[in-house]
Amino acid sequence: MTDYAVELCNVTKVFSSGRGAKSEDVYAVKEMNLGIPRGQFFTLLGPSGCGKTTTLRLIAGFETPSSGEIFIQGKPMSKIPPNVRPVNTVFQNYALFPHMNVASNVAFGLAIKRVPRDEQKRIVKEALELVQLADMGKRMPSQLSGGQQQRVALARALVNKPAVLLLDEPLGALDLKLRKAMQIELKHIQEQVGITFVYVTHDQEEALTMSDFIALMSDGLILQLGDPATLYKKPANKFVADFIGESNFIRGTVDSITRKGTKLRVLDELVTVDAMEVNLAKGQAATFTIRPEKMMLKTKQPVSTEALSGTVQEVIYIGTDTRYIVTLQSGESVVVRVQNGCSPDVEQFSKGDLVKVVWLPEDARLLTD
Amino acid sequence: MNKHKIFSPGSIYFLLMCVLLYLPILLLIIFSFNDSTRLVFPLKGFTLQWYGKLYENRELLKALGNSLMIGFGSSLIATILGTMGAIAIVRFKLPGRSVFLAVSALPLVIPYVIFGVSLLILFNEVGIRLSAFAAGLAHVIISIPYALLIISSRLVGFPDNLEEAAMDLGASYWGALLKVTIPICSPALLAAFLLCFTISFDEYAIASFIVGTDATLPVYLFSQLRFPTRLPMVVALAAVLMIVTMAVMLFTEWLRRVGQSPAKKG
Ligand SMILES: Nc1ncnc2c1ncn2[C@@H]1O[C@H](COP(=O)(O)OP(=O)(O)OP(=O)(O)O)[C@@H](O)[C@H]1O
Ligand SMILES: [Mg+2]
Repeated sequence: MTDYAVELCNVTKVFSSGRGAKSEDVYAVKEMNLGIPRGQFFTLLGPSGCGKTTTLRLIAGFETPSSGEIFIQGKPMSKIPPNVRPVNTVFQNYALFPHMNVASNVAFGLAIKRVPRDEQKRIVKEALELVQLADMGKRMPSQLSGGQQQRVALARALVNKPAVLLLDEPLGALDLKLRKAMQIELKHIQEQVGITFVYVTHDQEEALTMSDFIALMSDGLILQLGDPATLYKKPANKFVADFIGESNFIRGTVDSITRKGTKLRVLDELVTVDAMEVNLAKGQAATFTIRPEKMMLKTKQPVSTEALSGTVQEVIYIGTDTRYIVTLQSGESVVVRVQNGCSPDVEQFSKGDLVKVVWLPEDARLLTD
Repeated sequence: MNKHKIFSPGSIYFLLMCVLLYLPILLLIIFSFNDSTRLVFPLKGFTLQWYGKLYENRELLKALGNSLMIGFGSSLIATILGTMGAIAIVRFKLPGRSVFLAVSALPLVIPYVIFGVSLLILFNEVGIRLSAFAAGLAHVIISIPYALLIISSRLVGFPDNLEEAAMDLGASYWGALLKVTIPICSPALLAAFLLCFTISFDEYAIASFIVGTDATLPVYLFSQLRFPTRLPMVVALAAVLMIVTMAVMLFTEWLRRVGQSPAKKG
C-alpha cells in the first residue's frame, strides 16, 4: 500500500527517571511522524542525547512507545516483540557473542530459524565474502580488530534478510581512515543488497557521504527531512544550517520588502536576500546565512553580487584552501574559504587589509531562529 | 632486600597464617600416617592402616554417600535459584532490588547453630522428617547467597545488549538466556556449584540438628571423637576432607578468574 519500510505515527517516548516527588520525565522522542522509504539509505542525524538511539530501539522493539504507533511494511508493531519483527540491528559496540566463533555468530539467526546446516554454511560463506572476511570464520570475536568485528556484526544481521537494517553509530569506535573506508563500503553493501538501512550518527559529514535521506533531529524532534543536498543548500532553520557543514550567520534588520527580495540593513550597508519562504515585517530583526565557500574576498564589489565591508582578521592556510576570518563593520566575524590555485582572479590578502566580502544573491538564505 | 621489611603487615599476616592454619593441617597429615593411636611426638613409624580403615568402614562410606548426595542436590538447586536471582537483580531494574538483595544475603550473617535450631523447630511443626532431605533443604538456603554473588558479578561483567542482540536475531527471551547468557556464564555457574558443594560438604552445625539418622561426613566425624582408639582414623578422614575441599576451592577460584577475563578485554 504505502511505499514506506518504516512509518512512525505520532510516536512519543517518555522516560521517567527518579521516583516519587523527585521523578522527572524525559521526552526522548516527541510526537514523531516519519516515513522511511523502502530500499533507501536513511540517516537519523543529531547531536548527542537528541533521541536517535531511542528512535532506533523503538523500531527494533526494545522500547515501547508511550503513545503512537510504529508500522513496519505497513503492519502495526505495537504487539510484535523484537524477535519477531522483520528488522535486525547492528549495535554500537557490535554485541558479538564472545563464546562463539565468527561463523557461528553469523549463523545465529539462521540456526534459530532452523535453516538446514548446508544451507547455513553456504549463506554464512556468502555473507563473510560480502564483508571481506572470507577466511576468518574460525576466529573468535576477541581475535578480530574493531573494523573486522564491525563487519561480522553487519554480516550477522544481513544473513537474516531483514526488511530493515538498523545501525546505531556502527563506525563510532573506528579511527578516521577506517571510518571513511567503511562509510563507502557500507553504502556499496546497502546498494548491493537493496535492504532499507536506518543509520544513526552524530557526524554530519558521515551522514552527507552515505545517505539518500537524512532526518535531522534535535531534542526528540525532527527539524528537517530531506536529501543531503537539500539539507546543505536549503537548511530550514538556524540549527540545521549550523549543524550541517559550516555556516556564517549575519544579523540585520528588514529595511524594505520588494518583489525582488528583502533588503536587509547591516549597520550602514544594505544587502538583498531572497526571502520567499519567510514572513517578515519592516523593521524586524533577521538573520541570513552563507556558506564560507560561497563567499569571496575582493577589493571592489563586482556587479550583480552582494557585499559587506570588513577587515581581514586572520589568514589560515590549510593546504587545499585558505580560510580568512573577516570582521565586518557591524563587529560580527565571518569565515571565507578560498580554494587555492584554482581560478586566476583570486586575490591574495593579508591581515589588516580592508576588503569586500562578496557573494551571489542566490547563495544567501534568510532563516528563522 | 631491606631487612626491616620482615615486620611489615604483610609478613605478619603471612606468618600467622602459616602458624595457625597451615601448621595444624600439616600436623594432621603427618599424624594420619603415624603408626600409633596417640597423637603425640615422637612419631612411631609410617603406616597407611588408618586410611585402610577408612575404606573398610561401612558407616563412614554411608555418611560419605549422604554428604555427596546432599552436597550435589543442594548445590545444584542453589546454583539454579542463584542464577535466577542474579538475573533478576542485575538485568531487571526492579523497584525492591536492594531489599531483595539484603534478604538473599541474610544467610551469610545468621549463625549456623541458631539457624539449625530454628529449622529444627520449623521442620517439627510442619512435619518434615529429620533426614538427609531436610539437611539438603537447609544447605540450599545457606548456599544461595554465594551462588548469587558469584553469578551476579559475572553478569555485571558483560553487556546486557548481548541478550538484546540474540533476541534481535530471532531468539525468544528464554532462547537468549539459554544460548547466550548461560554459556557465557558457564565458568561462573560451575564455580558457584563447586563453592556451594564445599559449603554443604563441610557444614556441621545445621546438619547435626536436622539430618536425623542420615549422618553426613562431618556429623559422623564428630560422633567418632568419643572413641579414643578411632582418633587416628578420624584424623585421616579429616586430612582427606581437607585436601579435597582445598583442591575444589582452588579449582573454583581459577574458574572464576577464567570466566571473568574475557569481559575485561572487550
Ligand atoms: N532508559 C532510559 N531511561 C531514562 N532516560 C533515558 C533512557 N534512555 C535514554 N534516555 C534519555 O533520552 C534522551 C535521548 O537518549 P538517546 O540515547 O536516544 O540519545 P542519542 O541521540 O542516541 O544520543 P547519543 O548520540 O549520545 O547516543 C536522553 O536525554 C537520555 O538521557
Ligand atoms: Mg545513541
